[in-house]
Amino acid sequence: MVEFALPKNSKITGGKTWPKPAGATETREFRVYRWNPDDGKNPSVDTYYVDVNDCGPMVLDGLIWIKNHIDPSLTFRRSCREGVCGSCAMNIDGQNTLACTRSMHDVKDGAVKINPLPHQPVVKDLVPDLTNFYAQYASVEPWLKTTSPTPQKEWRQSHEDREKLDGLYECILCACCSTSCPSYWWNSDRYLGPAALLQANRWVSDSRDEATGERLDNLEDPFRLYRCHTIMNCAKACPKGLNPAEAIAELKLKMVERQI
Amino acid sequence: MSVSDTPKRSMRTPLGRVRNLGAAHSGTSDFWRQRITAVAMTLLMIPVIVIIMMLLGRNQAGAAQILGSLPIAVILLLFIFASAWHMKIGMQVVIEDYVHNEKLKLVSIMLNNFFSIAVALASTYAILKLSSGV
Repeated sequence: MVEFALPKNSKITGGKTWPKPAGATETREFRVYRWNPDDGKNPSVDTYYVDVNDCGPMVLDGLIWIKNHIDPSLTFRRSCREGVCGSCAMNIDGQNTLACTRSMHDVKDGAVKINPLPHQPVVKDLVPDLTNFYAQYASVEPWLKTTSPTPQKEWRQSHEDREKLDGLYECILCACCSTSCPSYWWNSDRYLGPAALLQANRWVSDSRDEATGERLDNLEDPFRLYRCHTIMNCAKACPKGLNPAEAIAELKLKMVERQI
Repeated sequence: MSVSDTPKRSMRTPLGRVRNLGAAHSGTSDFWRQRITAVAMTLLMIPVIVIIMMLLGRNQAGAAQILGSLPIAVILLLFIFASAWHMKIGMQVVIEDYVHNEKLKLVSIMLNNFFSIAVALASTYAILKLSSGV
């Protein structure tokens, strides 16, 4: 059966409360998930106090401040700090989102609670292992596939056809959607998940692509595609405001369309 | 779950694991039939409720008289057919979602098929028996 409870070695136990920064007039409490693969201990939740007057407004600013001023061992991914790269995806106050675009002031009621993306193996602290997620993306073969002779200049596309890619091409593969999906939690070994399916639909919808049928063949599977039960957590979580559930519904519609 | 505890400690590449046995090239029929039966049940729901209310408080002879009408018997048979099929597909989805042991999954899906067919046939038999006045 599906594993509903956390495995024994993933149960959260205790955690350290770090002292408040000296001289700070206004602080914000951060409760951050910690797990170190080298010490053999269970995960814990450490409490930090961030000097909000010495730090930017975003949750990522808070994490960087903690790393610079309190605890250099705190581990997380980040790169662009402006919602483009998708590196700093994590679960903030119960919602998968990007730490760089979520203001710590938007988190109401007490501490800013930060956990790694749910239901993924943890590499360390807030860094999830997304190997399977990236392999699923690779499996939809996210590149233009054609058999016609390559034109001298470029593959042409009308403005109308280009518009069909809006809402799809913007995906930054942060994994917020897939890791918020219960269906993906239970069956991530076989269900491709909202992100890979949105990307699949991006190529299925591309008027320049000549492998649409093969792409649909590759997706037509009770697990790869049809594990989506329109729970819609993906659309709620997407920090770019995209709707992966709609993209999956479009794929299902195309599957029916070619049969009827 | 830590990386070292990942259940599948295989040397297969991640892409190989994702591709696995390939796409089943099925699932669309079940998806489509689930929608057809859902729409059918929505349309049949009100007539079925009316028929059930007509049957309430009547003895067997009274019930047999009502079910003896062809349209009423057909509506009930269609409803049974649609709901048993819908139930079968829906339950299979739940089993596939939550039962991960392959043997248990096969047995559960088989039992689900048997149960759905048995319910459909038993209900059909009951209606035909009553409507033919036997």
